Amino acid sequence: MPSNTTRPDQQHFVAPIEETPLVAIDKVQTEGKPSNLWRDAWNDVRKRPMFWISSALILLVVIVALFPGLFTQVPPNNDCQLANSNGAPTDGHPLGFTKQGCDIYSRIIHGTSTSLSVGIIVTVLVFVLGIVFGAFAGFYGGWIDSVLSRLGDIFFSIPYILAAVVIMSVFSQYANVWVISLAIGIFAWPATARVLRAEILRVKNADFVMAATALGVSRFRILLRHVLPNSIAPVIVITTISLASAIVAEATLSFLGVGLPSSTMSWGNDISAAQTDLRTAPQVLILPSIALSITVLSFIMLGEVIRDALDPKARAQR
Amino acid sequence: MAGYIVRRLLQAIPVLLGTTFLIYFMVFAMPGDPIVALFGDKTPPPQVIEQLRERYHLDQPFIVQYFIFLGNIFRGDLGTSFSGQPVSEILAATFPVTLRLAVLAIFFEMIAGISVGLISGLRKGGIFDASALVVSLILISLPIFVVAFVAQYIFGIQLGWFRTTVGVGAPTQDLILPALVLATISFAQITRLTRASVIDTDTQDFVRTAASKGLSRTRIVPVHILRNSLIPVVTYLAVDFGVLMVGATVTEGIFNVPGVGRTLYQAIIRGEGPTVVSFVTVMVLIYLVVNLLVDLLYAVLDPRIRYAK
Repeated sequence: MPSNTTRPDQQHFVAPIEETPLVAIDKVQTEGKPSNLWRDAWNDVRKRPMFWISSALILLVVIVALFPGLFTQVPPNNDCQLANSNGAPTDGHPLGFTKQGCDIYSRIIHGTSTSLSVGIIVTVLVFVLGIVFGAFAGFYGGWIDSVLSRLGDIFFSIPYILAAVVIMSVFSQYANVWVISLAIGIFAWPATARVLRAEILRVKNADFVMAATALGVSRFRILLRHVLPNSIAPVIVITTISLASAIVAEATLSFLGVGLPSSTMSWGNDISAAQTDLRTAPQVLILPSIALSITVLSFIMLGEVIRDALDPKARAQR
Repeated sequence: MAGYIVRRLLQAIPVLLGTTFLIYFMVFAMPGDPIVALFGDKTPPPQVIEQLRERYHLDQPFIVQYFIFLGNIFRGDLGTSFSGQPVSEILAATFPVTLRLAVLAIFFEMIAGISVGLISGLRKGGIFDASALVVSLILISLPIFVVAFVAQYIFGIQLGWFRTTVGVGAPTQDLILPALVLATISFAQITRLTRASVIDTDTQDFVRTAASKGLSRTRIVPVHILRNSLIPVVTYLAVDFGVLMVGATVTEGIFNVPGVGRTLYQAIIRGEGPTVVSFVTVMVLIYLVVNLLVDLLYAVLDPRIRYAK
């Protein structure tokens, strides 16, 4: 039946061509770069001041961690004099002294790399373990999924700080940045794996996956080239935030006395050492805490901005 | 519903076995002799070592040791602490205090989190919403021990509103400050969950229907929006429990609250490996049971869960 048939009392069954908003169709740009998730996200984040503030702070932290010598000439450990114990700021020592009479400013500057290294090592570990477990469980399904997911459940059921406490009290004599990162990371990955698994379950039945299968692309290559890149966005978000949690975890473990040895310069150790003098010299405890909190805050803010940019639902709720 | 409960219980069994095995493995299959470690830097006579080894079944293969450990747990025997007191006795004495602290903390964080989240969600993009976001981000960034020390310094030492450490018998007014500190950890999460959920619910059809029926906003907000927004917050309680346990370890240590957390904190500081394992095991078991209960509760609240595969 031709589409322009009219029934009685009905003038136009189909809108005449001049009433069709072709103008709207013409407006759709077919030339120029097609937009995608990442470009949209970039266009979104670069308009937000929070993105630039957090990026600048993170850049600063990275520079301080890599080149502490640029910021202070005072040695953090060797120049300590007990006469200066918990002393007020003097010339060349802008933040005063710790209980051992060491320069607080210098110790904060030199402690940066410890926190950042733990954060980065844990994040890489969590990222890799999370992707391997999450991707295989989500993509292959069946018994692989059951085994990997239950394994994840087991690690997920032990709060990772408690697990790290147990590991670190066993390995106390080997404690260094690598051991503590392993102790935190080995129990922190299931959250990432769960997020990725859920996302892969959503993506793996998409048309482009079926198209790739029809073209004869191997399963593993489909996972690697088609499914993973399309489900990685939520993992990026959770990874940024896990960097912040790892830094907090290191400080908490050091605070509990099962973290890095006291000879290692670390904010957690300095905060822990200052707790006995809270009443008389609160600044010794509070200053490294501020450094710690600002670093953590900048990663959390960055994670927040990225989440808003990558997750359309979060964007709608803004 | 019965099918769901059975399935959920069956799923919990491998996790239960796995977690206890993992904790046990971490402590006793690792390098280092626990018996020698027991004596610190002294060297005990070999007969004593032999006797202790037999007493703690360390002469058995690892897997047998694990099953003995597991059997003991199920019989309620959690081992003894270094001071010779049974761990179960210590738990019985300390657990009620921690429970009171946790209930108080949950009460504070729920009241504050839900009200702030509700207002933020209803007026999204406003000044209140923006400031609540900033405050919650800052609170997330502050490690719990920093919050605890700052609170102790300001409210305990400077202002003198609270006692800096908890007195004998842990009277509830002494627990208020530690509970408030503990509440800050999850306050931000609850605020954001509530906010997201309120925004989501506010656009639902039944809210529009209620409005078009002519119901006033003062009725729609509590009855239609808030009640439906609270489901994700209830589920968060399960996760929150794990957070609270870790938080309690630090907070109770700092405020000297005589609870489970402080006992664990002291065992960690003194390096009492076996006591740490007993306590962590108990905490993980409690955590698993709470998660199971919340999952079941959730299935009662939301029928979609129990019918989903």
